[in-house]
Amino acid sequence: MAYNMKEIVAQKPSRFTSGHRMCAGCGAPPVARMILRALKPEDHAVIANATGCMEVSSFIYPYTAWTDSYIHTAFECAAATLSGAEAAYKSMKKQGKLPNDEHTKFIAFGGDGGTYDIGIQSLSGAMERGHDMTYVCYDNGAYMNTGIQRSSATPKFADTTTSPAGSVIPGKMQSRKDLTEIMEAHHLPYVAQTIAYMNFKDLYEKAEKAIYTEGPTFLNVLSPCPRGWGYPTEDLMTINKLAVETCYWPLYEIENGKYKITYKPAKKLPIEEFLKPQKRFRHMFKPGNEWMIEEFQKEVDRRWEDLLRLEEMSNKE
Amino acid sequence: MGIRERLSGNEAAATAMKQINPDVVAAFPITPSTEIPQYFSTFVDNGQVDTEFVAVESEHSAMSACIGAEAAGARAMTATSANGLSLMWEMIYIASSLRLPIVMSLVNRAVSGPLNIHNDHSDAMGARDSGWIQIFSETNQEAYDNLIMAHRIAENKNVMLPLMVCQDGFITSHSIENIELIEDEKVKEFVGEYHPEHYLLNKKEPIAIGPLDVQTYLFEHKYGQAEAMRNAKQVILDVAKDFEKMTGRKYGLFEEYKLDDAEIAIVCMNSTAGTTKEVVDDLREKGIKAGLLKIRVFRPFPAEEVAKALSHLKAVAILDKADSVNGAGGALFEDVTSAMYINKDNVLASSYVYGIGGRDTTTKEIESVFNDLIEDSKKDKIENPYRYLGLRKE
Amino acid sequence: MTNIDKNTPADKMTIGGNIYEAGNAREFKTGDWRSVRPEYIPEKCIQCGLCFPVCPEDAIPVGGDQKRTDFNYDYCKGCGVCAKVCPFGAIVMKTEGEEE
Repeated sequence: MAYNMKEIVAQKPSRFTSGHRMCAGCGAPPVARMILRALKPEDHAVIANATGCMEVSSFIYPYTAWTDSYIHTAFECAAATLSGAEAAYKSMKKQGKLPNDEHTKFIAFGGDGGTYDIGIQSLSGAMERGHDMTYVCYDNGAYMNTGIQRSSATPKFADTTTSPAGSVIPGKMQSRKDLTEIMEAHHLPYVAQTIAYMNFKDLYEKAEKAIYTEGPTFLNVLSPCPRGWGYPTEDLMTINKLAVETCYWPLYEIENGKYKITYKPAKKLPIEEFLKPQKRFRHMFKPGNEWMIEEFQKEVDRRWEDLLRLEEMSNKE
Repeated sequence: MGIRERLSGNEAAATAMKQINPDVVAAFPITPSTEIPQYFSTFVDNGQVDTEFVAVESEHSAMSACIGAEAAGARAMTATSANGLSLMWEMIYIASSLRLPIVMSLVNRAVSGPLNIHNDHSDAMGARDSGWIQIFSETNQEAYDNLIMAHRIAENKNVMLPLMVCQDGFITSHSIENIELIEDEKVKEFVGEYHPEHYLLNKKEPIAIGPLDVQTYLFEHKYGQAEAMRNAKQVILDVAKDFEKMTGRKYGLFEEYKLDDAEIAIVCMNSTAGTTKEVVDDLREKGIKAGLLKIRVFRPFPAEEVAKALSHLKAVAILDKADSVNGAGGALFEDVTSAMYINKDNVLASSYVYGIGGRDTTTKEIESVFNDLIEDSKKDKIENPYRYLGLRKE
Repeated sequence: MTNIDKNTPADKMTIGGNIYEAGNAREFKTGDWRSVRPEYIPEKCIQCGLCFPVCPEDAIPVGGDQKRTDFNYDYCKGCGVCAKVCPFGAIVMKTEGEEE
């Protein structure tokens, strides 16, 4: 069935409600909401959430913004926690302890801190064990909940509170980890990288595939943080667009090892377009720092070209 | 009449788990408890249980998965030792605060470092404030029996707390002893089915677990845990009564061995109690009124009952198989002496740290403790309350 | 309605901090966070739907007829993402308290 955003929004009620306390203009709630809309209305979901912005703002006792079952335990173990719930489901279903006609899907949400860094072991373990679950990383490129500390998802040169742009060291000196590729190295049936762009079509379709592909699946979703990135809240969708159109955040999926780039910009925009509106990169635009932008561009190009090659190679007969 | 068998402590624990047939077991190998998930995964792979076995990549994930499974509505179990429990640290507090009656078989071993795989109680002692019920086992039989009773205690509506059954690494876990097993059907009936009131997999009532609990609420939630721990004491006794009806084996909060008319006594836990009993028998033959109080239930701590049971003594030695490294006595010593203080029982008391890192504790050494107690009684004072047993020292 | 608040005694609180009324955050109004407000101009709106999914607060009600109505100011935090994506000028941001 062709994607029809208006129909989806009109017919599938939000499973992540109003009344949560994420910051105004946060990129994560629209992402979580659209991913949950990819669930069949008749299906129940168990959601596990790593400690982070999303968790501390969506379930502040005694109010929960989740209409499905939800569990938060700690920072690094959303995947392991959910793997336990999924194992319980399998076991109880097998023993006839749960209704036969009900289906439960398992979805984890973690920020980049809880996924790229402290939670990577738990995630890797759960994925390797083959639990039937979807892990969603909403990647905002730093530890935003604790006040914008660098993570391994933070892009090079970004000014964070633990990689400040100083007079000697100009921000974070390392490039970001490519978690999507690390997840692909687990040879999962479905891995995708996406964002809220173009009417959320890419996000919705990938979420639907991930949730309804049997086995462990992974979604990496770039999710801008106006506070941590330093742009006006209203620019959320512009930032998303620039992340994609500059190829900073390529949209692609890998189904059983086959790469498919789901959007190729007709004309790749220079990386400055993405960097310039964000205060965390402001120092890169000072006279004498042109090399930083050049280097950043080179890295983006290299990764994009690698991706093009992977797509070509993996689709060769 | 049960089934006579010869099993190691780990086999006994795994057998209990097989008979309990939990929905999920998540575990990670660590000496000396490794055999438990090993045996258990054989039961799983041979179709002898309905359990999903989750072979996690760490103990942190083992406890996380147990939490997820138990919250989902399942019975979840695990086994670990020492550093494994250390790595679970964060999650064992979360398990108890979320009020999930997970059951763990803890095979006690020294916590690193330096690395040592042998028995002491430093792992369990470190978890004493984590909100888990802690039951200690002298023998393989007790390790088995305690596990069979565990779910009835942990899952009681007035309790809803996780529970760990402790036994001594190698000393009981790897020693084969005679054991009387209960028939499968009887265990099934005794343990019963688990029907949680609220659980994640209930589509009819989706629930949210694990909130951000701000200043307005955390204190009251913690009080709820403390109340549950207080409630557990009676539940443990009630379950023991039913267990006795089924097996004839009697369990209390602690065991008193020739304590009634004793003048001097030792308080200890797990396998050292066996060694102590032998020494008590020898001393009794010599006319010395020695006794033993073996703690079975360490959490909740039966403070009033322990104080009362020791109140008539002239002197008591409390043996800790873990050094609290606090400049004062061991954890058990502190609990026993503060219980006696509150109950206004002024008995001469001394702390003995012993058996660290699997150091053998002989009958001769236990006898030396009783001799110390005789000396203390004669002097009617304690000159050095913080003592070591079996330590090389000039 | 959720009946737990700062006066609830310990024995009346839910065990472990569980909540059994999924989605009850709707009872928590976040509209007072707002310093600027979006104003909906229905005459300019062609119901293209671009603003429907971008609202972090789910404060744009969409009916079964796939048409939006006025903002739900109980929740709108005034981020302005909706106004920015509207190509038709059907949403304008105004400072709270200012005359219309």
